[in-house]
Amino acid sequence: MSDATTVDHSYLDDGNRLIDWLTTRDHKRIAILYALAIAGFFFLGGAAAVLIRIELVTPAGDLLSAEGYAKAFTIHGVIMVWFFLIPSIPATLGNFLLPLMIGARDLAFPRLNLWSWYVYVIGGLFTLATLIAGGVDTGWTFYTPYSTLYSNSYVMLAVCGVFVVGFSSIFTAINFIVSVHTLRAPGLGWFRLPLFVWALYATSLVIVLATPVLTTVLALIAFERIFGVGIFDPLIGGDPLLFQHLFWFYSHPAVYIMVLPAMGVVSELITCFARRRVFGYKFMAWSILAIAGLGFLVWGHHMFVSGQSTYASMVFSALSYLVAIPSAIKVFNWTATLHKGQISFEAPMLYALGFIGLFLFGGLTGLFLAATALDVHLTDTYFVVAHFHYIMVGGAVMAYMGGIHFWWPKITGRLYPESWARFAAILMFFGFNITFFPQYLLGMHGMPRRYHEYPPEFQVLNVLSSAGASILALSYLLPPCYLLWSLRRGKRAGRNPWRAAGLEWLSESPPPTHNFEQQPRATREAYAYDQLD
Amino acid sequence: MTSSTDACEPRPALPFASLQQQRIAGRFGLWLFLGNEILFFGGFVIAYAQGRWTHPDAYIAASAHTDLLLGGIESLVLLISSFIASVALRSLMLDRRRTAIRLLLAVAVLGLLFLGLHGKEWSDEIHEHLLPGHGFDGSGGEQLFFFIYYVATGFHGLHVLIGVVLMAVLAQRLGQGRYSARHHPAVELSILYWHLVDGVWMLLFTLFYLVDRT
Repeated sequence: MSDATTVDHSYLDDGNRLIDWLTTRDHKRIAILYALAIAGFFFLGGAAAVLIRIELVTPAGDLLSAEGYAKAFTIHGVIMVWFFLIPSIPATLGNFLLPLMIGARDLAFPRLNLWSWYVYVIGGLFTLATLIAGGVDTGWTFYTPYSTLYSNSYVMLAVCGVFVVGFSSIFTAINFIVSVHTLRAPGLGWFRLPLFVWALYATSLVIVLATPVLTTVLALIAFERIFGVGIFDPLIGGDPLLFQHLFWFYSHPAVYIMVLPAMGVVSELITCFARRRVFGYKFMAWSILAIAGLGFLVWGHHMFVSGQSTYASMVFSALSYLVAIPSAIKVFNWTATLHKGQISFEAPMLYALGFIGLFLFGGLTGLFLAATALDVHLTDTYFVVAHFHYIMVGGAVMAYMGGIHFWWPKITGRLYPESWARFAAILMFFGFNITFFPQYLLGMHGMPRRYHEYPPEFQVLNVLSSAGASILALSYLLPPCYLLWSLRRGKRAGRNPWRAAGLEWLSESPPPTHNFEQQPRATREAYAYDQLD
Repeated sequence: MTSSTDACEPRPALPFASLQQQRIAGRFGLWLFLGNEILFFGGFVIAYAQGRWTHPDAYIAASAHTDLLLGGIESLVLLISSFIASVALRSLMLDRRRTAIRLLLAVAVLGLLFLGLHGKEWSDEIHEHLLPGHGFDGSGGEQLFFFIYYVATGFHGLHVLIGVVLMAVLAQRLGQGRYSARHHPAVELSILYWHLVDGVWMLLFTLFYLVDRT
């Protein structure tokens, strides 16, 4: 009976007062709440990046003081890592799509899901408070003993924000893991799951196993500031290096928290726009798990110059090289999927191809940094900055944009304007490369990171980088404009505008509150495009 | 009357097709959370182990200052409370609602007793100038020991406090007829959480009171 009333009723029509949205337990609405909050933080973190790039146009420190510059790159890092990249794909696209992809009515714990968003917002308020109070100057890594004993900025507030927001990702992760285990539709065995679901599952495992250690280490920093002494204090025999071990035990896996969901999205896009089964499905699934597992064993490569034992560095270096194997499997398999495919270049596909290129570049330069000898030269230079921006911004953000475009018709029921979207995607790719490729060169020539001044011979490349950043900024501002436009003016999308294979496309666009009129059954492998066409 | 018939025929919460599926999901989710908690306290254990490795003598000297008698009593209190919590769950399953309420309240009271006893320990130690920071009476290594001690037992105490509130809320809701003998995931999961809090204390007790005590 209740089913009959919900048939033509999308989740967007189910009460539109503010209070309906703020008390919703619908995973689709919570995904929208997350998307809005995350977009806000993205542009805030982006504003800090704008300050950084303007400052670096000239060799002299003329726009920001050294302290102001330190605060700008710290808030940029804190916001972009914890308030944008880590929740971005899982909490928005993952939240919206995971139940649809496994044929469930909702996530296992809808109330916990809403709590996760509120906890995120509370953590975000701490971060905004840090910013308003006067900022924090430790860098996003909060290295001790500077953060515990010497910094006079608002470390406590910033640490509280990150401490709190950790719980929101833990809640989401627990929800995802339990949902994948218990709520799969009949016929949907583990090796029929879309790779995006595999990626979210592996990401969630990493979140559950790594985030609590970050929570511990942030608590230790906070108490060290309260007591005035603590276990990272070398004056009483404590060890500042212990902080780095505990911090990177979380923060290296955190890189995979950011990039694994992106890989999942890209697998969906490549298969759909090449109209082919993914090449080597099982290898793709196992390599996701392998990356997640190996990610826990390589944290020491952030500490090659910290004075840790040479033997430890050798082992960490070798283990870091191992990560390249599953990563390369993924890149080769995406490429092999394209081979003999009927490829079309819609905007999501452009983003996906952009991801592969940039991820490849970021990954290969990661091998440079995993080599202990080379790393001594490159540590704390712009080479490192360029490397992780290629992975996180070039990789994760490109995939996030691609995913938003791909599922936009499902989420809103409208098509976005295709030519604008292609233009933005291409602009983003070039803007990104012009911004960050010069930074590799700067790093090779020895320009250190985290300084607001630099010798004049580095100016040409820095101006190039800042010019690229302005193109990149434009390409980030375009999509919100035409996507918002399409909400009212876009063409209506049917159930499945891309003729894609996933279960989520069986539902209406936008889906009804309870997702499916009838419990769907999985009758095919994932990506059975040969049977579909 | 209507509420009691509802309680007899519980229906699964929204995404679940059956009560059993809901129970399995709830248990699994809570175990993931407990694993997460273990890793959280694991960070303190690593910090402790590293300090002990670099300052073995100071750790032995410092652990002599912890109150073995009070700590022992606190351990007993928590162990007994965990046992009572299990009996409370069992009585609810046998539909002995009033017994279950009384036992849950007993668990809460024992939790408060634990907090009181541990608060007494803390205040004694603060009087002996064992609080890290200015005026600490002892070596640097001993400060490291007491830093971890206060932070880890403090977070454990916070967990006990949350458990006490949970037990009180459950007892009150049981009084309103909220949970049935067949279906009571909130009670089962909260009691599982209480066992973890107990287990973590046993670990902390061993590390701070028992290891290599002379």
